[in-house]
Amino acid sequence: MSQARLLSLLVENRPGVLQRVSAAIRRRGFNIDSLSVGRTEDPTVSRMTITVFVGQQAAEQATKQVDKLIDVISVDDITDAEVVAHELLLVKVKSPPARRRELLDIVDIFRGRIIDVAPESVIVEVTGGENKIDRFIDLVRPFGIKELARSGEVAMVRGDHVRLSVMDLEPLQAHANGAVPAVAAEVAADTTGAV
Amino acid sequence: MTQLESRPETVPATPQPRRSRDGETLTGAEILLECLLREGVDTIFGYPGGANLYIYRHLPGYPELKHVLVRHEQGGAHAADGYARSSGRVGVVFATSGPGALNLVTGLATAMADSVPVVAVTGQVPTNAVGTDAFQESDVIGSTMSVVKHSYLVTDLKDLVPTIKEAFHIARSGRPGPVLIDLPKDLQSAKAKFVYPEATPRMRSFVPPRDGDADAIRRAAELINAAKRPLVLCGRGVLIAGAQSELSELAHRAEIPVGWTLLGTGAFPLRDPLALQMVGFMGAGYTNKAVCDCDTLVMVGMRCDDRVTTKLTSFAPQVEHIIHIDIDPAEIGKNVSPEISIVGDAKEVLRQLIPQVTERENPAWLATIAEWREQHPIKFVNKTGLLQPQEVLIPMYERCKSEAVVVADVGQNQIWAALWFDYDKPGRFLNSGGTGTMGFAFPAAMGAKFANPDTTVFCVTGEGGFLMNVQEMATCVENNVDIKIVILNNYCLGMVRQFQDDFYEGVRSAVDLSVGPDFMKLADAFGMKGLYCNTAAGVPAVLDEALAHRGPVLMNFDIDPDANVYPIVPLGQGMLDFVEAS
Repeated sequence: MSQARLLSLLVENRPGVLQRVSAAIRRRGFNIDSLSVGRTEDPTVSRMTITVFVGQQAAEQATKQVDKLIDVISVDDITDAEVVAHELLLVKVKSPPARRRELLDIVDIFRGRIIDVAPESVIVEVTGGENKIDRFIDLVRPFGIKELARSGEVAMVRGDHVRLSVMDLEPLQAHANGAVPAVAAEVAADTTGAV
Repeated sequence: MTQLESRPETVPATPQPRRSRDGETLTGAEILLECLLREGVDTIFGYPGGANLYIYRHLPGYPELKHVLVRHEQGGAHAADGYARSSGRVGVVFATSGPGALNLVTGLATAMADSVPVVAVTGQVPTNAVGTDAFQESDVIGSTMSVVKHSYLVTDLKDLVPTIKEAFHIARSGRPGPVLIDLPKDLQSAKAKFVYPEATPRMRSFVPPRDGDADAIRRAAELINAAKRPLVLCGRGVLIAGAQSELSELAHRAEIPVGWTLLGTGAFPLRDPLALQMVGFMGAGYTNKAVCDCDTLVMVGMRCDDRVTTKLTSFAPQVEHIIHIDIDPAEIGKNVSPEISIVGDAKEVLRQLIPQVTERENPAWLATIAEWREQHPIKFVNKTGLLQPQEVLIPMYERCKSEAVVVADVGQNQIWAALWFDYDKPGRFLNSGGTGTMGFAFPAAMGAKFANPDTTVFCVTGEGGFLMNVQEMATCVENNVDIKIVILNNYCLGMVRQFQDDFYEGVRSAVDLSVGPDFMKLADAFGMKGLYCNTAAGVPAVLDEALAHRGPVLMNFDIDPDANVYPIVPLGQGMLDFVEAS
């Protein structure tokens, strides 16, 4: 039975890693529902949070294929764990002055913030779980949504335990040991590429 | 032929002491070549072009690196693959940017599917032209991403040495595979101080497993000890790990019969009394029966793909316990879900497992298998009086026994070569089992010969597959690569024709290759010795003449165009539905 599965990855912060991860999931024919990437406390390591709609066995296969990628440090399927999973919503909603109070009440209930005000619209920021964001969008839809962006969930398992701490990782070896100290690299001014 | 014979013998480059260039300021091209030397490379298959000319500019300064000018980059990739498969060392191929690099794709995919360590170094347009649709530019990293184990676009010269070290480490460690390094032209000519760290790279994101989980191994041993009808199936993982003797020890300790996948051929000696044969779609009937009747199945170093299982539900229906040992966790449970999965190097895991397995005999189970072996021998029937492929392969085996390397192409020739040669040693049967790449055998045989100059190397192919990389005849002649090419010529795409006859309502469509070259004239045109034969009686003399000749020989055997591969499981059917020769 398919369900939304939540994968949390630590990856090397290198060009191409996003393409490698998404290609490994795409190859099994799965659609990535949401994906967010950002640096961790160690700038050489990025955290990726992926929501993918698949069955459990398929998710296990996809997870193993992703884990095999050289630039992937770890993959955890945290769907069944006690997690905090939040995303950020920015939505530009039509708000003629006459209806602004009504909109602000809804924003308050969702503990959102107005972060920009224009004559005919406001930008609202709301954070929370996917369901909360969905419900907020439904409620403000009648006002008229001019533009909407959501970040995709980032997630963290509750409690003191951390399965793999970025701070416990070895420092990045290959590029840290500076095997070839750069001597004023004389870059040839050859840009033709032709024989 | 005198001109041919005067060509130098193929000899491996013998590493000579070379002045260390550590600490010198070198160009990127020289740094690359220095690193290849340190990685133990002696042969490079390659093709120059605009974006790798700085590398070729410096190559003559490295006579220890024998460069083989292939005639198409695909040939280079397969040659590097054949070199690697036959030696266990990393094969190296060079190509230029754009079309040159893209021509590697099929060869990289072939190496990837069969876990072959290859490092491909592609020239790229200069850094500031990358992404501008420059002449001969392509996104090589993007185009090859799904067919390599890993790839690097080098953007800073200081990364070059660590990148090369990592590339070789990744290619040969864990489950081996191809790694591509895309090296922009400006970095090839830029200069930097060369410092080579001797230590193996440590990578936090790539730590291949070795030992298996002790608890899982203990439980596996208990199941094996309790089994009434145990069976081992082995794949190429055993060959890669060099675990043949451990496999043999396990089998003999508990009298467990052993079958193998196509790529596992040679991992267990065919003449061993416990040996079965290949399993699966075109495997032996008695191996398939054993799989379907065993109660405990141990799969070692194999993927268990669809060519092994046939219809998935028909695979091992009686089995109570499946134990799967593989170094790649992603292969476990992909098709068949085991009760016990052990992730580790086959040699290490078997070493851990053997002492826990009770010595015992299995007379009843072995007697049952002996009966099946009697009932379902691998056989062929000559109904037409025309030359049968087996009538070529059997005399080949008689002449070389297990001392020859046989590189088979894809199609009927592949299965005939797998079943009609008694492979008693590892690394003697090479072929593209995963991707099934037609055109693989000829350049791969060439690569195998470079790695094994003192071993007889046969290329067994069809006229269709041979034509797909026929240009390498020039490479072969130029370097006097002493391989013996056996074309089993049925003037059609035999396997496709057999499928069309049996599974596609007998409609023969686009399989006629009767308008092909005259292979004797072709051999002559390339300056290669050619031998023709179309009778069983003529085979021995042709083989003897070919083997006596020092240099490449192209043998054309016109075989029965209706000869089929047997046994075979009809498409969509199960393991026990195999059809035998009659």
